[in-house]
Amino acid sequence: MKVRAQIGKVLNLDKCIGCHTCSVTCKNVWTNREGMEYAWFNNVETKPGIGYPKDWENQKRWNGGWTRKKSGKIQPKMGAKWRIIAKIFANPDLPEIDDYYEPFTFDYDHLQSAPEMEATPTARPRSLITGERMEKIEWGPNWEEILGGEFAKRSKDYNFEGVEKEIYGAFENSFMMYLPRLCEHCLNPTCVAACPSGAIYKREEDGIVLIDQEKCRGWRMCVSGCPYKKIYYNWDSGKSEKCTFCYPRIESGQPTVCSETCVGRIRYLGVMLYDADRIEEAASAKEETDLYKAQCDIFLDPNDPEVIAQARKDGVPEAWLEAARQSPVWKMAMEWQVAFPLHPEYRTLPMVWYVPPLSPIQSAAEAGQIGIDGEMPDVRSLRIPMRYLANLLTAGEEEPVVQGLERMLAMRAFMRAKTIDGVIDESIAAKVGLTGQQILDMYQTMAIANYEDRFVIPTSHREVEEDAYDLRGSCGFSFGNGCSDGMSDVGLFGKRKASRVTKGADH
Amino acid sequence: MNATVNTVLFGIYPYVAITVLILGCIIRYDREQYTWRSQSSQLLRRRQLIWGSVLFHVGILVVFLGHLVGLLTPIAIFDALGIGHGFKQMASMAVGGAAGVISLLGGLILLHRRLTDSRVRKTSSFSDIAILALLNLQLIIGLGTVFASFSHLDGSEMVKFMAWAQGLYTFDLAAASYIQDVHWVYKLHLFLGLTIFLVFPFTRLVHMLSAPLRYFWRSGYQVVRARDRRARGSARAS
Repeated sequence: MKVRAQIGKVLNLDKCIGCHTCSVTCKNVWTNREGMEYAWFNNVETKPGIGYPKDWENQKRWNGGWTRKKSGKIQPKMGAKWRIIAKIFANPDLPEIDDYYEPFTFDYDHLQSAPEMEATPTARPRSLITGERMEKIEWGPNWEEILGGEFAKRSKDYNFEGVEKEIYGAFENSFMMYLPRLCEHCLNPTCVAACPSGAIYKREEDGIVLIDQEKCRGWRMCVSGCPYKKIYYNWDSGKSEKCTFCYPRIESGQPTVCSETCVGRIRYLGVMLYDADRIEEAASAKEETDLYKAQCDIFLDPNDPEVIAQARKDGVPEAWLEAARQSPVWKMAMEWQVAFPLHPEYRTLPMVWYVPPLSPIQSAAEAGQIGIDGEMPDVRSLRIPMRYLANLLTAGEEEPVVQGLERMLAMRAFMRAKTIDGVIDESIAAKVGLTGQQILDMYQTMAIANYEDRFVIPTSHREVEEDAYDLRGSCGFSFGNGCSDGMSDVGLFGKRKASRVTKGADH
Repeated sequence: MNATVNTVLFGIYPYVAITVLILGCIIRYDREQYTWRSQSSQLLRRRQLIWGSVLFHVGILVVFLGHLVGLLTPIAIFDALGIGHGFKQMASMAVGGAAGVISLLGGLILLHRRLTDSRVRKTSSFSDIAILALLNLQLIIGLGTVFASFSHLDGSEMVKFMAWAQGLYTFDLAAASYIQDVHWVYKLHLFLGLTIFLVFPFTRLVHMLSAPLRYFWRSGYQVVRARDRRARGSARAS
């Protein structure tokens, strides 16, 4: 056993209102630069839909993630190392920018400078790559917002696998949910495995996956390797960039920007302990449906004295062990089992987990009565098909998702009984395998969701991990050399190109 | 050609070009590593790149390795192996010619794409376009030397170039005089080649020095970095 700690994350989709505050604050902080206009380290998609980039979940097309060979060993779906290197001159698995969208601005200036004319002047779109007029904007990071577009196109969504989807095209049967997506900071990341330069690495102390911008050579294999398509090639700098998990904030005990600004308070950050020796074993589980359980199995109980002793030996700081015991991620993923990994079948062992959303009762209106299972409605009568959620979160295994949703319904029934009738009804809790106290904890964490319950982030111990003498007077996060951004007006080795957008256009 | 001009171009210029190449690369790698990349434009436009890039790279790698081995290997080694000068020249012409044609085909596709595709053109720097044009020109001249070589198939001219190249790295001051009387097309090819060396550190060509061969013997797949200085370097798992 080798104990490592990681800051994990849970998103409670039951409370996501699709406001995009996470996306916008992330963009303003991290990707508001030339070359990265098209990139959203965090974006919110409406499901069902094919998403951004188009069809990202279709690994038959993009070859992201891992595949298990007959021998039981896993290798990137792109192929063995020699296959990956063979794609270096031209990578057939790389999306084109149109699969994301061509970045654009509008001719705002025209609104003020237009002469008097019969029709109201409009601000027409202009490409941020070429500076040329764009007649039509074709796609974006949230193109299918609230079921925008035809069902025929949206229903290409991979998660309809095994669902008779035709009926969901009818208005009265339609369903939707929001899915905020960011880098999963996987335990077994394919981007790291596919990087020929070895520029991508996982930090041992907190599990954050980063790209060394100095070492990246722009071979762009990581873009294909990542099945979530959360690595973006910066066409201006020629380097790949990705979600940094706001590591400067995490190091000082602050939540990531997307989590901090989430108005629905759906995001949770906390420490997870796991057995680093068993990563490969878990990722190589025989059946795809076993992967969710396999990943749960390598998480270590922070209250187990044996784990604590080994963690101390492996250099996990005491504050991190304490945080692991308070971790909301541990509680939601392991104790209450209401959170699940996104597409565990990719075998990357993702560390951003999701609480599936409840939805209105499907048959209530038409049948005049609700499928009641005792005191609680049957989760299988919810509007969002179980199979759809299971395809998204547990590789098609419905039982864990059903149990998770039942526990959330039980929490409502339990609290209703407590606040309306003034009764503590332990039987409701017992029916879903919990105790009353656990339900009260769930209520505190998931419904009240106080700041300090959502974010339990120990500060990093730089004083033991780094020589602070080297760091004094340094610039923190920057591009290029030290305090410079790596670009100067005159430079031997390439300089910033003139802005391609015509005068007057606003960035 | 005037002997003095010949000495300047092929006795002195090579040292200037190679010095700039080496020092330039070291300084760029050390000071400006953020600019050290292949600058692929595949994301912006896939069309034409798959064929163009693959043909160009495969062809040019063969050509480059052929030049490297053919010019720098001491003549004595070929003689000891019993490889005749005439045979070596024919082999070079056949393999180099074929690879050169493949590479030029790809190079012209890439040049066409770079100049006519608005997305690629607008995001290209001067050096991106210039170096691609220069490489295409060099490929055309290089193929021209294949035709010039038909007039002397015994390998005698080729041996002069080998003597010249080996004279350069053994600091033979008379190196330039060995190729004093060769056909001008060879001299043009040499001059342009040296010029490509000269501008090498200032272009995207530096990515070839980072060819990721180490990937093959990186143990396992995952890279984990410990911040602790005692454990620095890379611990690898999985």
